[in-house]
Amino acid sequence: MSDKVLMKGNEAIAEAAMRAGCRHFFGYPITPQTELAAYMAKKMPKVGGLFLQAESEVAAINMVYGAAGAGVRVMTSSSSPGISLKQEGISYIAGADLPCLIVNIVRGGPGLGGIQPAQSDYFQATRGGGHGDYRLIVLAPSSVQEMVDLTYLAFDLGDKYRMPVMIIGDGMLGQMMEPVVFDDTKGGGTGEKAWATTGTRMARKRNIINSLYITPEELEKLVWEREKKYDTVRAAEVRFEQYAAGDAEYIIAAYGTTARIAKNAIDTLRREGYKVGLIRPITLWPFPNEAFSRAAKTAKAFLTVEMSTGQMVEDVRLSVDGKVPVHFYGRTGGMVPSPAEIIEKIKSIAGGDK
Amino acid sequence: MNQTSELIIAGFGGQGILFAGKVLAYGGMLAAKEVSWLPSYGPEMRGGTANCHVIVSDAPVSSPIITNPTLLIAMNKPSLDKFEDALVPGGMVFVDSTLIDRQVKRSDVRVHYIPATQLAQDMNAPKLANMIMLGKLIAEADMLTYDEVKTGLGKSVPSSKQDLLALNLKAINAGYGYKA
Repeated sequence: MSDKVLMKGNEAIAEAAMRAGCRHFFGYPITPQTELAAYMAKKMPKVGGLFLQAESEVAAINMVYGAAGAGVRVMTSSSSPGISLKQEGISYIAGADLPCLIVNIVRGGPGLGGIQPAQSDYFQATRGGGHGDYRLIVLAPSSVQEMVDLTYLAFDLGDKYRMPVMIIGDGMLGQMMEPVVFDDTKGGGTGEKAWATTGTRMARKRNIINSLYITPEELEKLVWEREKKYDTVRAAEVRFEQYAAGDAEYIIAAYGTTARIAKNAIDTLRREGYKVGLIRPITLWPFPNEAFSRAAKTAKAFLTVEMSTGQMVEDVRLSVDGKVPVHFYGRTGGMVPSPAEIIEKIKSIAGGDK
Repeated sequence: MNQTSELIIAGFGGQGILFAGKVLAYGGMLAAKEVSWLPSYGPEMRGGTANCHVIVSDAPVSSPIITNPTLLIAMNKPSLDKFEDALVPGGMVFVDSTLIDRQVKRSDVRVHYIPATQLAQDMNAPKLANMIMLGKLIAEADMLTYDEVKTGLGKSVPSSKQDLLALNLKAINAGYGYKA
């Protein structure tokens, strides 16, 4: 383990990525993500890596596509409007079955929106964002340490399943500093990638990176094969955290920054005698459906709290499947809910029933 | 009993608000406490108001956002106006009285007036009013000890600028020993 250091979330992701063996970064600056790219610009040359500020987000993601095809660990990062620009490239990367890391430090939208923290890109991250039948593994850290840990994981999962992985944070997680340690036993190994376009040296059949299949029969077969891979991911890679959820009658569903605020609310509510707990999805895709459907057998109601007008709440409702009510509380546009607002909402749902 | 200090430092961009917070966060971390540091970011940094939220606690920090601070350092009038009412009853506020020409209105909080900007100018270190305020904070509040902050300062000043360490420490000492 490294010494404990104080780092911004944005910088911590960059440091973890380099320690995980990423030597190629392509990006374009945007608030509140810029420190990530700035850190890469400073440090990448020192480890013999490549930092490139492209002429646009579209160029950057296509450079990621090329580097991923060559089999190296590669990433890009941006914030909401920039991630929208990258969607075509992300779809191509998914369609060519290539691994890469995409970091979205979400800000208020739609359009140029604002620069304060938001969670209103949940649909875009978990429902494709680009065109076609594809998925991203979507990891949602809620602390700077978790940003580090999930960055290592993101590269490993991407390589394992040959698919793009997204880390979704928000402006607050990107900007705040917390103590972190780096696990020196992790990272570094990118492994042999037999499919990569690394040059045949006349010794093997050439590899082709492609997402164009004109024959519908052929394309359908490929898409279903990929769907089978997604089923494996759904079965093996679900991650979530439970907090005070064991005996909880009221379960809050929240991820990232919002989950931390929910914990404050839960601590206060517990002191007042309310049995409230939290289920915090760490993988937004695959979504922890079973954790919620299991909790629905004992809980009286759920409350989904998001910095959006209600996106993850749809996945919670699908998981709970009408068994008990699923309520929603959201702030949006860069506004962050306070513990007091969550406490008030839980009390109104409980109706004095402790 | 877990102890948690929730501090908001607020002032103009350029007063070293974020740096002062970083010194405390590092000091807390190296004293094996749980810490978080959350800056304001965006247009306010470009010449407007800047603030940062620093939590130092014996227990893990949940939300890094401080709604009701236990401690407030106000380094300009808009900051005092903005955060005075949010302070918890029994909390403590530190006012740079060179730049803030009004008294604190609350009667249920403890108030310390320090002419930090003037003191810094007298020391020929006009940019170190932030460290003077920090010195007074640790003298009065039970957040971190002098030695813990001194360690935090050592970590916060980059190795290329270690010559500034002594001057920063001198400013902290000036605040630490300041009596109205």
